[in-house]
Amino acid sequence: MVQRVRLRYTKRGRLRFTSHRDFQRAFERALRRAAVPMAYSAGFSPHPKVSYANAAPTGTASEAEYLEIGLARHCDPHRLRELLDLSMPTGLDIVDAVEADTSGFADRLLASCWELRLDGVGTEEAEEAVRRFLAADSVEVQRQTKKGVRTFDARAAVASLECVDAGHELGSDGPAQQPCAILRLVVRHLTPAVRPDDVLSGLRATADLAPPVPVSVTRLAQGPLDEETGTVTDPLAPDRDATLVATVPGSTA
Amino acid sequence: MPIESVFPRLEALLPHVQKPIQYVGGELNSTVKDWDECQVRWSLMYPDAYEVGLPNQGVMILYEVLNEREGVLAERTYSVWPDLEKLMREHEVPQFTVDAHRPVGAFDFFGLSFSTELGYTNMLTALDLAGIPLESADRGIDHPVVVAGGHAAFNPEPIADFIDCAVIGDGEQAVLEMTEIARVWKAEGRPGGRDELLLRLAKTGGVYVPRFYDVEYLADGRIARVVPNRSGVPWRVSKHTVMDLDEWPYPKQPLVPLAETVHERMSVEIFRGCTRGCRFCQAGMITRPVRERSITGIGEMVDKGLESTGFEEVGLLSLSSADHSEIADVAKGLADRYTEDKIGLSLPSTRVDAFNIDLANELTRNGRRSGLTFAPEGGSERIRKVINKMVSEEDLIRTVATAYGNGWRQVKLYFMCGLPTETDEDVLQIADMATRVIAKGREVSGANDIRCTVSIGGFVPKPHTPFQWAPQLSSAETDARLEKLRDRIRGDKKYGRSIGFRYHDGKPGIVEGLLSRGDRRIGDVIRAVYEAGGRFDGWREYFSYDLWMESAAKTLPAHGVDVDWYTTRERSYEEALPWDHLDSGLDKDWLWEDWQDALDETEVEDCRWTPCFDCGVCPQMDTEIQIGPTGRKLLPLTVTTPSADGNAPA
Ligand code: SF4
Repeated sequence: MVQRVRLRYTKRGRLRFTSHRDFQRAFERALRRAAVPMAYSAGFSPHPKVSYANAAPTGTASEAEYLEIGLARHCDPHRLRELLDLSMPTGLDIVDAVEADTSGFADRLLASCWELRLDGVGTEEAEEAVRRFLAADSVEVQRQTKKGVRTFDARAAVASLECVDAGHELGSDGPAQQPCAILRLVVRHLTPAVRPDDVLSGLRATADLAPPVPVSVTRLAQGPLDEETGTVTDPLAPDRDATLVATVPGSTA
Repeated sequence: MPIESVFPRLEALLPHVQKPIQYVGGELNSTVKDWDECQVRWSLMYPDAYEVGLPNQGVMILYEVLNEREGVLAERTYSVWPDLEKLMREHEVPQFTVDAHRPVGAFDFFGLSFSTELGYTNMLTALDLAGIPLESADRGIDHPVVVAGGHAAFNPEPIADFIDCAVIGDGEQAVLEMTEIARVWKAEGRPGGRDELLLRLAKTGGVYVPRFYDVEYLADGRIARVVPNRSGVPWRVSKHTVMDLDEWPYPKQPLVPLAETVHERMSVEIFRGCTRGCRFCQAGMITRPVRERSITGIGEMVDKGLESTGFEEVGLLSLSSADHSEIADVAKGLADRYTEDKIGLSLPSTRVDAFNIDLANELTRNGRRSGLTFAPEGGSERIRKVINKMVSEEDLIRTVATAYGNGWRQVKLYFMCGLPTETDEDVLQIADMATRVIAKGREVSGANDIRCTVSIGGFVPKPHTPFQWAPQLSSAETDARLEKLRDRIRGDKKYGRSIGFRYHDGKPGIVEGLLSRGDRRIGDVIRAVYEAGGRFDGWREYFSYDLWMESAAKTLPAHGVDVDWYTTRERSYEEALPWDHLDSGLDKDWLWEDWQDALDETEVEDCRWTPCFDCGVCPQMDTEIQIGPTGRKLLPLTVTTPSADGNAPA
């Protein structure tokens, strides 16, 4: 292996229903189609060197998923991104690439910023629910896991939660006559992991908030958490050269 | 009129179902065309779950052939699982295509490809969800024309009430012909309504429209005759045969799904048809004659296919791939070309001979040698003569010895139970064969950890084969025979533990037999099963034998027949068979003679390397055998794909 490249990719629109396994298969095929000179693991059945970080759950859209690949020959990250993006289905878009100069990338993914779109819920109702949620010291929620139902606190991991006005929303389509509250959520990556779904369960527990249709959830960013401003910052920043490569920040399908 | 996508309504349901990705489309190489710019529109269905249906070559080929035409669009639809079906009914979301999520009811044609009869109940589910009346007679001018194709369509009588027409044989040219007829009829302002369109299709001689034929029955329940009730409609409907496969290199751009499916590979059909003459094999009989794709044609398809898909495995498909006249050069050529790229090659290898081992060695040159599969089909020399599977036990032992000697650890053997004239003894000989295989394997490999797996299923007599007259073995007898075999294998102290035994009980085979050789009266049974909730009959966890038997008991007595009458009853030479008016090209008298030869344990050769033995297909269908060798070789490829390191020319 002579070079490592870190990539940011998205899960947009209907392809948000892609599971992580599905994504892996699609990505490894794209590597072949784009003839990327991959480094392979040693051993009886060699695998291309790809490591994935903290993937968003199936059904959740994302603007900020990350992975790293190991290459057997040097490549220009910009060209690599372009070729890979062309080889992936639209919606699973490769939007950023930097040569890895640092280690411990996964440790930099400390928090996520999520957008939750609550169709059929009015802004006032949502604001009230948020107030109550934030006022609580802890909010017990339950989640069905493979090992049975698990109970844990969904409040402590939440760094911030607010109602943003509909003008700021991401990927809005169609007229906004229907009430639709948009929440912006920043969650620290703790164990057990608190997901947007858990926060929604928390809103239901504290304020009886029950959206009539499934909430659409999008990860906007993940990376280090700036405790002062409360924002999630770019985890690729330490790797980035002075020359910025091929970024399409916040673009949508 | 623009057709709205149902996706927004479907999307709200997806978070509540298993594996939602299978319903969203967006596969690599899929196509969405403008609705209004097309005059003729097809929805194509493989009536099973997406994971089984997506890799289906038939659907993929027709999808591409149709979409390549200007003014024609084709989209795909698959069976939705019961969890989504329930939600779709609650929220009134119709059966949709995965390409543009258009309602299936809005298309001109709704084509279904049936590899097996077990998809019939799924067809009814899809029709109902689409808002299309279940019976052809109740449909109006705005409903799609429901077309059945695939191997099961060679006897479409059990679904005659539900389909508007059936096409037998190769679909590529047939769908284009039908498209043209519909285009003209629509341009003329749809004169004569739906009936006229069906009539125009029927008059081609290659489209079977059940409503234009009356079936008359004898007092004892047998069919007296099947007669056209319209002028201009042929007495017998012909199958379609595509000649020169090199002219039809489809799929050129195979679909690559996001969801996991049963075959994750790039498949190339290396030839169609098979004339080995195995008497139980419907596929071999109905796809004659053999038509090979040339070695260079194969090379080109593999090259383009891999480039457009990124698959890591290539499957060389056909009914008996080792029979391709240049298979050794194909295998070597491909293995040479793709050594670097870590591309795996596979071919369904069922023939039992040393040549197959050489081939398998070539294909796995760079990989691991896990298992080899052979299909002797019958346990005794005698029964193999009955079914015309010409392989001796000596051949088999010699072959497996070579396999184990070459480092293979596991051999799988496929058999059938319930073959005509079979006795317990024929089946018990499978155990002897397996122990000889293990003994020989231990001897040549010097290892004790080699294995042999015996896999055995019940035989179902099929239309258009010499066994179409044969009695099917009852499920109780099948099960009893299989238990004896299992006990014999397990009881073997020395070898038993090295032999794996997999078998399927006889019940699903009875339902398959009922549907395979059924007639129009079976339609009531299918409908009753569907209405009682029957779905996904090809899936063990959904299939209900009891439901089928209860439904048959409710509906068949009115016709004076029962399940046994269709399955375990032997037919006579004079009997009119429900599919006699569907012409596969096989001469019925030839089939009957072959059936008599089977009973006499007389074998018949393959017409590829002996003179024609007059099965009837070539003269009847105006076709001929197309085989190599061409003498050409696969040359190494030069890199032309753009590569990420920028070293290769773009
Ligand atoms: S007609 Fe003759 S050559 Fe043609 S498939 Fe039959 S036996 Fe073979």
